[in-house]
Amino acid sequence: MKTIFKGKKISGILGILPETVSYFDDEVNNYTFPVKQTKRLKKIMGFESHRLSKPESFASDFCMFGVRYLLDNELIKKEEIGAVLVVTLSPDYYLPQISNTIQGELELPQDVICMDIPQGCCGYLLGLMQSFMLLDHMPDKKIVLCNVDVLSKKVSKQDRNDFPLIGDGASVSVIENDPSAPDIYYTMYTDGTRRDALRIPAGGFRMPCSEETGKVVDIGDGNLRALDHMHMDGSAVFSFVQEEVPPCIEEILEYAGQTKESIDYYMFHQPNRFMVRKLREKIEVPAEKMPDDLVTKYGNPSGVSIPLVITDSVGEALEKDKYTCCLSAFGSGLAWGAMIMELGDLGFCKLVESDL
Amino acid sequence: MENKLLEMLTEIRPEFDFNESDDYVADGYLDSFDIVTLISMIEEELGVSIDGLDIVPENFKNLESITAMIQRSK
Repeated sequence: MKTIFKGKKISGILGILPETVSYFDDEVNNYTFPVKQTKRLKKIMGFESHRLSKPESFASDFCMFGVRYLLDNELIKKEEIGAVLVVTLSPDYYLPQISNTIQGELELPQDVICMDIPQGCCGYLLGLMQSFMLLDHMPDKKIVLCNVDVLSKKVSKQDRNDFPLIGDGASVSVIENDPSAPDIYYTMYTDGTRRDALRIPAGGFRMPCSEETGKVVDIGDGNLRALDHMHMDGSAVFSFVQEEVPPCIEEILEYAGQTKESIDYYMFHQPNRFMVRKLREKIEVPAEKMPDDLVTKYGNPSGVSIPLVITDSVGEALEKDKYTCCLSAFGSGLAWGAMIMELGDLGFCKLVESDL
Repeated sequence: MENKLLEMLTEIRPEFDFNESDDYVADGYLDSFDIVTLISMIEEELGVSIDGLDIVPENFKNLESITAMIQRSK
């Protein structure tokens, strides 16, 4: 899909972190690999610390925290909300959906559209896409877009491939109509033939969780994980990103009539520092325009990484001025896409720590 | 250069004799993180930048394929 959205803007972004910080140095003994070998990855991959949700904190808790924050601080009014969208791969339940929980708990009007969207790494772009389309039918309303994942609960702590990089987090963005807003350029691709590169085998209807699927075993690469756990084929995902993302960025720049130099910030999904740096070398943009330290500070929070990197690295600047930004996401699906839009003069753009 | 590469490989995975395999990836000598570690060492110690598209298992099968990749990157 390649399209232009007209008369839409993001009016605020709130990033939400869990309180608990876990340090890579404290985790190295959990893995079967020699400590020296594991510690080498700290510098290369950028593994320093990551944020983990508490055992009793789930995706809806983060969304409720964020939406309540906006209401309590009068950053949005209940009657302004036309839809609540929740993008997550880690729902509290199959039913009810988190968006319905938010509507019910916060006593939002009954004509508010509630929709959960099960998407991962590309979840922010897909959530924005859905928001822009809904706004065409809600001229006077705003969309509350929640992106949230607590996938650390689905990763084996003895899996060096996946656990050091995972992070939990959430964001709540407000999206609205603005006839004077510059056009937003968007492109999105999917290659489902490569879908198994990121997967959680058990837990759905086809393979329900059981004693068998919960057994942690060495699958042959020295990492210990169960069928209940998430796994990423690092090599396959790396190759996919290097192959597909640079041409996608070239395409969106041309489509938007922009150059690499005219873009102020490249806010990309943050799988790990090595991958983002290699991508940056390939695209040939300066480091100061493309932050790469989200994994180092907080971990990779799947579809929440773009709003978190925005609020963490340029939040204050976006509350004051306007910048032309290129957003890009890539991963589970496998899917990849990009969006060029003006971001700025935001009513709020900050990262807060929760007690979750 | 092959001796230098052999030193790096042995530092990464001292438990293996890299002269005994023709395919380090298939034989389990190198996993994806070992490859990333090797690339960082090559870039730092040999002063070459490896293109992301070259970071595929085929280029890390043995000393010959790694050397060829480095030559292409110079």
